[in-house]
Amino acid sequence: MNRQDDRPVDPATGGGAHPTRRDAKDAARQDEIRLETAAETAGGEVPPPAVPATTAGLGVGPGAEAPLMQRIMTGNALVAFLSVVLSLILGGLLIAVTDQEVASASSYFFSRPQDTIAAAWTAASSAYIALFQGSVFNFEGDTFTRMIYPLTQTLTVATPLICAGLGVALAFRAGLFNIGAQGQILIGATFAGWVGFTLHLPVGIHLLLVILAGMVGGALWGGLVGLLKARTGAHEVILTIMFNYIATNLVLYFLSTPAFQRPGSTNPISPQLDATAVYPPLLGASFRLHWGFVVAVLATVFVWWLLNRSTVGFELRAVGANPSAARTAGVNVSKGYILAMAIAGALAGLAGVAQVSGTEKVLTSGVAASFGFDAITVALLGRSSPWGTFAAGILFGAFRAGGVAMQASTGTSIDIVLVVQSLIVLFIAAPPLVRALFRLPAPGATRAGKGGSSTSTTPTPASTGAAA
Amino acid sequence: MSTATTSAPARSASDATVRSWKNPIILSVVALFALFVFAVGAPGNDVTFRLSEENDPIVLPSIVVSAPVIGWVAALAMIVLAVLAILRTRSGRKIPVWVLAVFAVLFLIAFLTWVVGSARTPNVALYGLLAGSVTLAVPLIFGSLSGVLCERSGVVNIAIEGQLLFGAFAAAVAASLSGSAFVGLLAAAVAGVLVSLVLAVFSIWYVVNQVIVGVVLNVLVSGLTGFLFSAVLSEDSERWNSPPRLPVIDIPLLADIPVIGPILFQQTIVGYLMYIAVAVVYVALYHSRWGLRTRAVGEHPKAADTLGVNVNRMRFMNVLLAGVVAGIGGSFFTLVAVSGFGRDMTAGQGYIALAALIFGRWNPIGAFFAALLFGFATNLSNVLSLLGTPVPDQFLRMLPYVVTVFAVAGLVGRSRAPGASGIPYIKG
Repeated sequence: MNRQDDRPVDPATGGGAHPTRRDAKDAARQDEIRLETAAETAGGEVPPPAVPATTAGLGVGPGAEAPLMQRIMTGNALVAFLSVVLSLILGGLLIAVTDQEVASASSYFFSRPQDTIAAAWTAASSAYIALFQGSVFNFEGDTFTRMIYPLTQTLTVATPLICAGLGVALAFRAGLFNIGAQGQILIGATFAGWVGFTLHLPVGIHLLLVILAGMVGGALWGGLVGLLKARTGAHEVILTIMFNYIATNLVLYFLSTPAFQRPGSTNPISPQLDATAVYPPLLGASFRLHWGFVVAVLATVFVWWLLNRSTVGFELRAVGANPSAARTAGVNVSKGYILAMAIAGALAGLAGVAQVSGTEKVLTSGVAASFGFDAITVALLGRSSPWGTFAAGILFGAFRAGGVAMQASTGTSIDIVLVVQSLIVLFIAAPPLVRALFRLPAPGATRAGKGGSSTSTTPTPASTGAAA
Repeated sequence: MSTATTSAPARSASDATVRSWKNPIILSVVALFALFVFAVGAPGNDVTFRLSEENDPIVLPSIVVSAPVIGWVAALAMIVLAVLAILRTRSGRKIPVWVLAVFAVLFLIAFLTWVVGSARTPNVALYGLLAGSVTLAVPLIFGSLSGVLCERSGVVNIAIEGQLLFGAFAAAVAASLSGSAFVGLLAAAVAGVLVSLVLAVFSIWYVVNQVIVGVVLNVLVSGLTGFLFSAVLSEDSERWNSPPRLPVIDIPLLADIPVIGPILFQQTIVGYLMYIAVAVVYVALYHSRWGLRTRAVGEHPKAADTLGVNVNRMRFMNVLLAGVVAGIGGSFFTLVAVSGFGRDMTAGQGYIALAALIFGRWNPIGAFFAALLFGFATNLSNVLSLLGTPVPDQFLRMLPYVVTVFAVAGLVGRSRAPGASGIPYIKG
């Protein structure tokens, strides 16, 4: 970390609001060093050897200073894989138990048990095969385009998930639980959509303005939460949830006004976005995948840079690790909250742009689907690291895209995807449970005797209690 | 523990600067808003508030008021209170609580008069408005009591939504299969405990972040009930999803009292349980050994541990108990409100219960009144959209959420969570 560079950057933005900062420069620097070590060992409450060993196993790299969330999610790649397998098994059991044929076969279970087992296997496996065919590779397709179409579908669905997931992850790293991605997507999409169908601008500039408007919309909606939290101390979980509902109603209201409603329509639907305002297709017109995916990749790179290579990101992580220590070290915690929520909102706004100008090309109140809520699980699964979120976004995109295909072909409700997704996050969050289920040795087995659960996960000093 | 010691002075310092001018400014802005909208923009007609039906045993006369008169009187009184608040703050004293309370009541009266007066039919049944508010508040109150039990012992319960939804689901299925609504009530409590069990195991045994477990549990319950709904319930809804409703029990004579009779003495068993639960939780929390230990575990677990309280067992039991309470609250949706389960039918009520808990400052009585306020806001938006007001429908539906934001961020001031809420306890 280039600690020397911290100094000149901040007075410019902070306007020299902290005279104590220069006076206590040396003290602050000491604090900062302490903070960094604290971030690695959680204030000394965690045995240092256990944690870096496991994070290294995850391939997070030395750049990530083991943030709050990540430590909670600490496990190794094997645990992550087993969590996915376990969740799929449980989901399969659920599909099998509720299947009609299994039910009818189980009525004579004791005379011919193999019938029940065969029916259960058929029910679960056909659902999962449909899921795979709908999300990765359709081996029944007759042309190459048809075969890889599902994969591009997955990436299309993953695009808003990645963007919004990055927003949630970034807020997590600053110690904020941003449940409000849904509202931020909606407001971002509203801003972007309005620019898209009201202004008529040349190619290039128009799309750029649409993207910008979406980010501004999301940033305003998210930043407002940060502002309220910083100024009044209100809990961001409540605020973001309420802002989701307010956003939904607000968008419904906008869609009933002449400025937004499609001329001649009485339904809450906007006009089509201009051709200049939509993302061009990435792989030609036969696929729905659009340039929004590239924007999502760029956003991931940006968030990685912001968190791991910039002063602002360092301050945000400091606020997230321990707001009191950060304040002592001269970080403006209020500014950190507002900034984190604004950037998170802007990222969610990008997801809104991906929806309104990439996939839907029209603004409705359902433009955000449930991406804002899925984004939370995406960020949790990605352990709030940018590339982890990216990978989790693609996995959940595959689930969602495949789930639609599965519901269409086998009639299995797409809700099973929600079950599997949440189970994955639960299991990954509790590595000791997965290890116990599969009888894996705990890391640092010598310590495990003292109490298996407490060695690998840590208390969270600066989460909700301090926030309220 | 270093967190606690360093944050205390910092927090009180920022408190002093934030608190001093926030309330007077908010009061002034609201008072001016009232002056321009409720007084200057008052409709010219009279407004009728009905207090009873024509065929009630006791018939009270309707209250008829003139909208401009009420608007002006209330707005001017609010301005006086705002000036009072400014003067108090300038002289460095605290604003008395009664000023805020009277201000809120005046605002409510002025708003009601204005909005009903501007409607197509300036005539509203006040008793129905109030009774409906209590009915809508029942699941919120159960939910926030569940939150009180959890958070007072130091476990953040975001999973209220999941507890309510699973309670609703279990109540519908069990009542349909058994044909008895009371079996459904029991099943709802068990379902709430199941959700609580997962929350407790993951957050207390496996020390997973409590907010994460809560959020994920809500998704899990939503997915699970949604899946079972489409795979089982809607396949044969006659068998699985047609629960009998809980009967309304009238208490003789008392139920005939105008206005408050239907609210207090004309409820289903869930409604009566709600009043009992609030009272029991309040008394137990502040006047029993269990309550003292619960609060100790939630405020300073180390101290409680030193004095021989088993912190994590205490938390575990409290979280399970909270599941019982929230589960019963969930049964309201399928056994009282409508007969039958619907996908995601709790529709975010669990989160509003969470807001009520914070607005009520982690106190059962406070949470009760906060939940009533949200019930009132929701019911008001329902009634008003029927009356045909000039306010767009979408804004009316926003009302409960906007009230929540103002409640959490605005007038109540900074509320303080139990000290150890959200922080797992690891002995040693």
